[in-house]
Amino acid sequence: MSSIGTGYDLSVTTFSPDGRVFQIEYAAKAVDNSGTVVAIKCKDGIVMGVEKLIASKMLLPGSNRRIHSVHRHSGMAVAGLAADGRQIVTRAKSEATNYEKFVSRHLSCKVPLVSVDAAEAGDTEMVYGEAIPVKELAERVASYVHLCTLYWWLRPFGCGVIVGGYDRDGPQLYMIEPSGISYRYFGAAIGKGRQAAKTEIEKLKLSEMTCRQGVIEVAKIIYGVHDEAKDKAFELEMSWVCDESNRQHQKVPENLLEEAKAAAKAALEEMDAD
Amino acid sequence: MDSIHNDLNAPHSMGTTIIGVTYDGGVVLGADSRTSTGMYVANRASDKITQLTDNVYICRSGSAADSQVLSDYVRYYLHQHTIQLGQPATVKVAANLVRMVSYNNKNMLQTGLIVGGWDKYEGGKIYGIPLGGTLLEQPFTIGGSGSSYLYGFFDQVWKEGMTQDEAEKLVVKAVSLAIARDGASGGVVRTVTINKDGVLRKFYPGNTLPLWHEELEAKDSLLDSLSAASPEPMVS
Repeated sequence: MSSIGTGYDLSVTTFSPDGRVFQIEYAAKAVDNSGTVVAIKCKDGIVMGVEKLIASKMLLPGSNRRIHSVHRHSGMAVAGLAADGRQIVTRAKSEATNYEKFVSRHLSCKVPLVSVDAAEAGDTEMVYGEAIPVKELAERVASYVHLCTLYWWLRPFGCGVIVGGYDRDGPQLYMIEPSGISYRYFGAAIGKGRQAAKTEIEKLKLSEMTCRQGVIEVAKIIYGVHDEAKDKAFELEMSWVCDESNRQHQKVPENLLEEAKAAAKAALEEMDAD
Repeated sequence: MDSIHNDLNAPHSMGTTIIGVTYDGGVVLGADSRTSTGMYVANRASDKITQLTDNVYICRSGSAADSQVLSDYVRYYLHQHTIQLGQPATVKVAANLVRMVSYNNKNMLQTGLIVGGWDKYEGGKIYGIPLGGTLLEQPFTIGGSGSSYLYGFFDQVWKEGMTQDEAEKLVVKAVSLAIARDGASGGVVRTVTINKDGVLRKFYPGNTLPLWHEELEAKDSLLDSLSAASPEPMVS
């Protein structure tokens, strides 16, 4: 569905005659060109995986992380412009900590009687004393991403983000696009191979799957959608937050990751053999 | 003469006895009803148990004005929070907000508070927030001037997992004990019971409360005692 909007695409504050904002659509294209990110919600948690296309042979393995922990209970996988992604992750971390703990930029006792919401004062921030619900976190990040599509002197973020977290309402998965849209999913994919990845995800029986099994499946999907011809090497980065990880967001343990990679390679060969 | 004027202009303080206890399935909050300005009882039937949200209530002690204003602020924040979250606030969040306001303004406020309520994640919970703005989650807690007389009583009588009936009776008994001993507590006993089914307010007028040693019977009018024991007219 590629189209250019000559004349109406110079600014994010311009609508085209058919009601589209082209700058946002172009931002989405930046995301579509990045390495695939896949995330699924299993019955006991979330698994996220990223196809990290290796730009240079001199990069240290494990560097250039694409999945970040935002809070104890949640993480974020980023696709698209890396620098933009960094900004979003920083903002999300900030939202998460400030929701829970008190932060006052004025450390002296000139605190007003009213500790107003960050949105109102920007001075002191509200404290709720509990971990930010994943839904709330996703909404705040989406709101921030959307903010940057409202002013002519800002450009939209060129990255899509998947937020996976486990709070007292169970495991949840949200995807946030450059337009600021945020929906809750049980399976999501962004980037080059997202169409193929989504087809694969739909085949899975997620409600019966544990995260342990989910890790293997995500690895298989990512290896499967990786285009050997167009992109040379890639590194698989995976994280999870589940009952087994004590509801903490963390990198998938080494041995399980190796197991997943081996299974994925084996599955590929099996396909090729046909 | 002067002292009376002092009293009338003294800040309204709630001598008070306030209590919050958890039971199996919810919480019971209880309080007396005396608001005093010095020695004068400004309000003998005040309601010290205030609503913060549908499922969270707060018992107020200390300065009446301070605790009312604090409750108003917290109710406002919780209202916004509920709208944002799309579901009822938890008792923990309510208690945290109360603590934040109390701690941040500790130099200006003088309130001891008990936050109690029920939410679907944690069930019934009681939080004590004394003068300086500490936050402490407890299975039961007591506050106000009358609470001094109840520490030993609770040590003896408290047990985990009471029924609703046991808990309510315990609270009423405790408040009436405190009223008997504490001059700054008196009037009626009000209780609020909160559980998954909602909120139940109960009211125990002074004459329904048990009497403790050496207390006099409540009378509607002194004229009763006059007409009751009048001697036979002397007949010569």
